[in-house]
Amino acid sequence: MIIIDCPHCGPRNSTEFRHAGEAGHKRPVATTDPAEWRYYLYVHDNPMGWTRETWFHGSGCRKFFSAERNTVTNEFRWIAPFGQGPAHTEESGA
Amino acid sequence: MALGSSSASAKKPTSGRPARYSAFDIFKRGVTHEDWPRTFTQHDLKKSYDVVIIGAGVHGLACAYYLAKNHGITNVAVLDKAYMGGGGSGRNTAIIRSNYLTPEGVRFYDRSVKLYEGLAADLNYNVMFSQRGHLTLAHNDASMRTMAWRAEVNKLQGINSSVIDAEEVGKIVPYLDVSKNTRYPILGALYHPPGGIIRHDAVNWGYARGADHMGVEIHQQTEVLSIETKEGKVTGVNTSRGHISTNMVVSATAGWASTISDMVGVKMPLITHPLQAAVTEPVKVFLPAVIVSGSLHVYVSQTDRGELVFGASVDPYPSYSMRGSLEFTEGLATHILELIPSIGSLKLLRQWAGLCDMTPDYSPIMGFTPVEGFVVDVGWGTYGYKAGPVSGETMAQLVATGKTPELISAFSLDRFADGRLVGEKGAASVGH
Ligand SMILES: Cc1cc2nc3c(=O)[nH]c(=O)nc-3n(C[C@H](O)[C@H](O)[C@H](O)COP(=O)(O)OP(=O)(O)OC[C@H]3O[C@@H](n4cnc5c(N)ncnc54)[C@H](O)[C@@H]3O)c2cc1C
Ligand SMILES: [Zn+2]
Repeated sequence: MIIIDCPHCGPRNSTEFRHAGEAGHKRPVATTDPAEWRYYLYVHDNPMGWTRETWFHGSGCRKFFSAERNTVTNEFRWIAPFGQGPAHTEESGA
Repeated sequence: MALGSSSASAKKPTSGRPARYSAFDIFKRGVTHEDWPRTFTQHDLKKSYDVVIIGAGVHGLACAYYLAKNHGITNVAVLDKAYMGGGGSGRNTAIIRSNYLTPEGVRFYDRSVKLYEGLAADLNYNVMFSQRGHLTLAHNDASMRTMAWRAEVNKLQGINSSVIDAEEVGKIVPYLDVSKNTRYPILGALYHPPGGIIRHDAVNWGYARGADHMGVEIHQQTEVLSIETKEGKVTGVNTSRGHISTNMVVSATAGWASTISDMVGVKMPLITHPLQAAVTEPVKVFLPAVIVSGSLHVYVSQTDRGELVFGASVDPYPSYSMRGSLEFTEGLATHILELIPSIGSLKLLRQWAGLCDMTPDYSPIMGFTPVEGFVVDVGWGTYGYKAGPVSGETMAQLVATGKTPELISAFSLDRFADGRLVGEKGAASVGH
């Protein structure tokens, strides 16, 4: 059973959380063309290894937060309130 | 672990035709205790191949087999970083069916069912394809409507598929709880008599053996580390066992597909999720059909050995981890007991996970990419085992002719940029 350490609530079972997507996956401006919209909607980095992402504590504080997780081992390197991880830049997806 | 053969003891047949298995052979070897010939041979890696296929799962092996058989292309290497059939192709629950939702999907999977029907004879390998019937249960009006929709699309394509009511469901599967006072009463089902299960390892081994005997080389424990391109064209691959020159690379790497296409800078609409399955101790055969319940997120079939094989939907977050979880087993047990209360005292023997490369529309990604000489047969998600034969056949045709076969034109990578999705979620998210 995987335990996730919510920055607001402390360690809880992973079933309380929802994976909300890769970090830095920015929505294009509303006036963009359909192809760019579709790229935003469908294409993902899907990395094998360390990745920055956003999680949602749906059955707890109901807040989004940032984390870096290894997708092979499911180990979390850090978990922080949304947008506050170490050297976190909005753009960095990896 | 299956590792083919050691080159020292293996003697490759020179005729190019497989040493055929037969009842007489079993009898003869029973008396003489003579060893069986190796299923496929181990080779040194050559400097170049006409075609390099990455991934020795059912898709890579079938592609190699049909390249050799239908097109005479035999200077082919199938590379796998681990062992043959160790990916999804050795971990799936082996459900074969064609009752999909879109005309493109139904036509495509139907061709695969046809190929599976003749596969044991074609490969001279007992693949134990058991067309015992497939039932997708509906527990509410919305699912009944989807089942009716699927049945009509199926019938138009000439597929045996129809909606039946709860009473008929109870007649086909007497142990199912079809009473009205359950939490999720069964209202009816989509009944697909040609659906069934197969012995997946035999399919993998049969394709490997067939391809090997025609001259294809299968290289296990050979990891592709990078793919070389020059002016937008593939020129070679670097592997853990050395460099190979080639102008044609086929990626058949399922759960790992993003890591391969990243090597040539082709971004994919894929997310890798683990999918788990579990199996019970064997009991006397009592379950005559494959049962799927979308509402309860569970499906079950019984093997010829008597074990119940269970599966469900993918794990809720992306991961390349192949570990099972307790959440899965708990959810599974709760849901399956709603359907078949009488199996409450059965013990689970094992559970496992495999990786699934999920696409946004639950249809595969097949064909050319912007990089010349890099073609893909990926996006197989939770449903790709049944497509092994038809994918191998069509991808071989694509590689040999340089043209996209009609049957797979709807599944091209550019459909995502163009917004031409082939939505199969309603037919593939729980019942694989
Ligand atoms: C639990 C479970 C149940 C399923 N049930 C069903 C079902 O009932 N019916 C159905 O139709 N489908 C089912 N599926 C889906 C099905 O198993 C897969 O879609 C199918 O097996 C994919 O086959 P493949 O040959 O494309 O890939 P795989 O069999 O996964 O093979 C990919 C291979 O690529 C190799 N590879 C990866 N990276 C590299 C590299 N860098 N270099 C060299 N080799 C590499 C891997 O080692 C692996 O062997 C299920 C899947 C799972 C996990
Ligand atoms: Zn919280």
